[in-house]
Amino acid sequence: MTRPIIEMRNVVKSFGLFKALHGVNLQVKEGEIVVVIGPSGSGKSTLIRCINQLEEHNSGEIIVDGAEVGRGRKSTVLTEVGMVFQSFNLFPHMTVLRNVALGPVRVRGLSWASAEERARRLLTRVGLEGHVEKYPAQLSGGQQQRVGIARALAMEPKVLLFDEPTSALDPEMVGEVLDVMQQLAKTGVTMVVVTHEMGFARRVADRVVFMDGGRIIEEGPPDEIFNAPRDPRLGSFLQAVLSH
Amino acid sequence: MVTNIEVLPVMSIFDTFLNWKVFVQTLPLLLSGLTTTLTLGVTAIVLGFVGGLVLALLRLYAGSPLRQIAIAYIDVFRSIPILVLLVVIYYALPFVGLRLSPFGAAASALSLVSAAYSAEIVRAGIEAVPTGQFEAARALGLSPWRRMSDVVLPQALRIVIPPITSNSINVMKDTALASVVAMPDLLKQATQAQALAANPTPLISAAVIYILLLMPLVRLVGVFEKRLAVRGR
Ligand SMILES: Nc1ncnc2c1ncn2[C@@H]1O[C@H](COP(=O)(O)OP(=O)(O)O)[C@@H](O)[C@H]1O
Ligand SMILES: [Mg+2]
Repeated sequence: MTRPIIEMRNVVKSFGLFKALHGVNLQVKEGEIVVVIGPSGSGKSTLIRCINQLEEHNSGEIIVDGAEVGRGRKSTVLTEVGMVFQSFNLFPHMTVLRNVALGPVRVRGLSWASAEERARRLLTRVGLEGHVEKYPAQLSGGQQQRVGIARALAMEPKVLLFDEPTSALDPEMVGEVLDVMQQLAKTGVTMVVVTHEMGFARRVADRVVFMDGGRIIEEGPPDEIFNAPRDPRLGSFLQAVLSH
Repeated sequence: MVTNIEVLPVMSIFDTFLNWKVFVQTLPLLLSGLTTTLTLGVTAIVLGFVGGLVLALLRLYAGSPLRQIAIAYIDVFRSIPILVLLVVIYYALPFVGLRLSPFGAAASALSLVSAAYSAEIVRAGIEAVPTGQFEAARALGLSPWRRMSDVVLPQALRIVIPPITSNSINVMKDTALASVVAMPDLLKQATQAQALAANPTPLISAAVIYILLLMPLVRLVGVFEKRLAVRGR
């Protein structure tokens, strides 16, 4: 029930001579909602990109759903990890429906008919039932990001990774995306969310992880992190983001 | 000769260069030449594009020996003049037992060179697809082949339509070199007809046919470029 679905042990990631992760240890339990915060350049993106191997780590271990990933290993377990990007990265040459149905057809082997049925159901869930035949460019940023979430969900992943999903949005669209994510959090899917939305972290996170300089500096339940930060770096980070 | 022409009345100029009777007489010959030219051009464009696609993928994604071979191929065939390649294929290869028909030699030379140019065009197209598209395709769990065929290539090919059209115009023009190896293309038939009729009208007609054939494509490239400039703003 509460076995770790993600386990990172002493993970190091370098870009050339620059170390972006200095031996990170992180466990995420099944169904847990982990929010990662920290200043820009602290390694948050690198951390979650290592989990689904968009970046290959240099040393340490990353175990997802019981299987070690990366460093030359070909792992099918990565199809159990979904990702939502800051810049949406929808496929511009496909309709919204196709965007969402593609993965299930190509990776899960569903027929187009049943994949599109699944896609319609998910798009309804994120409030986009009226837009299925449109192309991404015809949608607002908030709508595109909800398609991005539906696309990740269509693979029925065990883990969903979010890399600053609302950072590219106009302020009035942030709420609609966070609402969808909050709904999602109640369904029992494991989520790792990098975000600067501290309100969301307080309301939704089971655990908040604070990173700085490629290290996890402090972690704990949102109450502790936001009300009683121990490390001075966390204190000054919170002061900076909460008083902007 | 030159002084002769200078004293000819206007009517004679028409008789000489735009002689209706000669035009009608030699038109069937010209049209058969045009068919050959079109067949050769389209063959080379299609083969060159398919070859270019394969070369671009090898150059970008293949492992060590294949990648270097693709790079070497592209460099060599972008350096060699088509006429030289054509003459080598047609006149030199028979010495090692490879004898190609004029059409085969011309189609080979044009396709081999066009593939090298197409490869660089397609490579630029693939590289112009945003990184986020590759990452999204990978994060979905698509296989490398599916990432290419479903996500990257459809976007890359849209990007390369203007430069590929441009390259196709060049291939069509270069088909005229095939007359050197006695292939009965439009130019060859026109020179033949000129000799038979002892009148240059067929040559003028051939020139006009080339222009009529290619000008729409040239215009099309112009439209693409204008549209790109608007979008780029
Ligand atoms: N592909 C890359 N090449 C070189 N340096 C990189 C690359 N990606 C990230 N970095 C560096 O690694 C550090 C951490 O980056 P990142 O994980 O994106 O931080 P965050 O998401 O917390 O803003 C930064 O200093 C960044 O410049
Ligand atoms: Mg980041």
